Amino acid sequence: MTTISTPGIGTDLRGRRLPKWAPWAIAAGAAVLSYLAIYLGGLLDGGWVLTAVVAVLLYLVLLAAVATGVEGSRAARNRVATSLIYSAFVLALLPLLSVVYTLVSKGVSRIDADFFTHSMNGITAFDANGGAYHAMIGTLEQVGLAALISVPLGVAAAVYIVEYGRGKLATAIRFFVDVMTGIPSIIAGLFVLAFYVFGMYKFFNHGQGGYSGFAASLALVVLMLPTVTRSCEEMLRLVPDALREGSYALGIAKWKTVMRVVLPTALPGIVTGVMLAVARAAGETAPVLLVSGGFNSINFNPFSGNQSSLAIYIWDQAGAASQYAPARAWSAALTLVAFVLTLTIVAKLLARRSKLK
Amino acid sequence: MAKRIEAVGVTAYYGTFKAIEDITMTIEPRSVTALIGPSGCGKSTFLRSINRMHEVLPGARVEGRLTLDGNDIYERNVDVTAVRRNIGMVFQRPNPFPTMSIFDNVVAGLKLNGVRKKSLLDDAAEKALKSANLWDEVKNRLGKPGAGLSGGQQQRLCIARTIAVQPAVVLMDEPCSALDPISTGAIEDLIFELKNEYTIIIVTHNMQQAARVSDRTAFFSISQTGDPGRLIEHDVTSKIFTNPREKRTEDYITGRFG
Ligand SMILES: Nc1ncnc2c1ncn2[C@@H]1O[C@H](COP(=O)(O)OP(=O)(O)O)[C@@H](O)[C@H]1O
Ligand SMILES: [Mg+2]
Repeated sequence: MTTISTPGIGTDLRGRRLPKWAPWAIAAGAAVLSYLAIYLGGLLDGGWVLTAVVAVLLYLVLLAAVATGVEGSRAARNRVATSLIYSAFVLALLPLLSVVYTLVSKGVSRIDADFFTHSMNGITAFDANGGAYHAMIGTLEQVGLAALISVPLGVAAAVYIVEYGRGKLATAIRFFVDVMTGIPSIIAGLFVLAFYVFGMYKFFNHGQGGYSGFAASLALVVLMLPTVTRSCEEMLRLVPDALREGSYALGIAKWKTVMRVVLPTALPGIVTGVMLAVARAAGETAPVLLVSGGFNSINFNPFSGNQSSLAIYIWDQAGAASQYAPARAWSAALTLVAFVLTLTIVAKLLARRSKLK
Repeated sequence: MAKRIEAVGVTAYYGTFKAIEDITMTIEPRSVTALIGPSGCGKSTFLRSINRMHEVLPGARVEGRLTLDGNDIYERNVDVTAVRRNIGMVFQRPNPFPTMSIFDNVVAGLKLNGVRKKSLLDDAAEKALKSANLWDEVKNRLGKPGAGLSGGQQQRLCIARTIAVQPAVVLMDEPCSALDPISTGAIEDLIFELKNEYTIIIVTHNMQQAARVSDRTAFFSISQTGDPGRLIEHDVTSKIFTNPREKRTEDYITGRFG
């Protein structure tokens, strides 16, 4: 009998291992070394960012060297790969944490009763108060209406594409959904401006065009529809055919199978997709500004008259010539993020509650 | 309740590929028929033609005549859902609905077809679960998800779900191939009991199983890869296993082929 030897794998099952504390010791060593050389020593003229980067690189090199010596090359590669993955994870998390930190630290200053109950009506550049109540109403109404229109349409389109569509029509629809996904948001705004604000709206308004919150909703629908359709389509495709067939085999009609078996199974994924679309829509500024006109007072009616929204409010306050405006912009930004976050959490909880325990 | 199935010259295609050709056989009510044969010879395809599940796949179609107590199930104005309600199916892998509780799984066929009355559903669920020999194991956890059961229990749940709508015929496509011997035994006992009320057709790769549970056995085979599967021999099980007419059947059963 011939034995094939595998390089690096001996017959002894237990190899020599670095002690548990060794990677930490190496990390500490690399940090100190880097600090001394880069930060204090002024080598490479670096600040603390460069110090951290060099520390990580040093750590990888030292770890590789020590591990190769003690544990062999395969184990060393494993350690380096693991460390690289952790570093990448931290690197990916940094911008997120940084955004959240900035948002909260700068945003809390104007989170007060005034901010949630007052508009900017009559607020001059020298007034410290004023709020975003009107903008919050606008965002809620516009995004709500947009979701109300685009979610049923998008889900229905996805159901058609996945469950019913065969042949050319389904392929064509898929293609156009793909194309629509790539539409720049300002184009959606221009489209609604021409089609609704200066077009259809005239029929309800004695021949006059005009801005409205609903026009903003329409622009958001144009943006949300393809996203909702695509994500919903992906989720429906993940539902195993075995479930559909299991349902058909009970003599359950196709539409009922879709409604009661396929959609509920895909629901958690669909909710996630819808929430991503809503989050994106809530932050849209340019197309909304173009068709809702923006406004500094309260307008509860989305179907008539200018309306503000949080995104417009942030854009407006960030550029306003007043020492009090930036704080309002940050607080509005924090509010917007909190709004999207709350919505996401609520939606996830609802989706989970519909699942059995 | 049980009904007779007659297949005359049934040929089935996947697109342009002919998977089975010219299958002619009669399946008597209140009997268990086993379909055996090597992999790829078209047992599943034939089984799926019987409840019109074959046509669910894009491009798949069936030719020939299939009747349920004399009524052609492929006739133009026949409602597929009615066909499938009368001809239930249990699949190779247990496929309980993941979003439904055990109870809802069992009564899915009734509930989704408009039966609302709680007492009716309760009775039907209990009866079906009892016939599927699952009642004692799940009666205290009917509200829990079906996916939380063991593989064997899930398969019995799927059988319960199938018989809850009281079909005339139950088709089973290798219902035990994913199960351990104990669960398999439980399902075989079950098939034996169900025979009193239903017409049962079961695909199996297990010769002993075919010999144990079936009254009649049909042997399918293909002459070479790419050819359509054909029915080689269909007879009383004991005859097929002791004294088959065809050499090929004998070779297959004694393990010289396939
Ligand atoms: N979905 C499908 N698409 C195309 N060909 C298929 C499909 N399912 C089965 N076939 C082919 O049809 C033939 C019969 O398959 P099947 O009925 O599954 O055989 P068995 O159940 O006896 O193993 C095989 O050649 C198989 O490759
Ligand atoms: Mg098969």
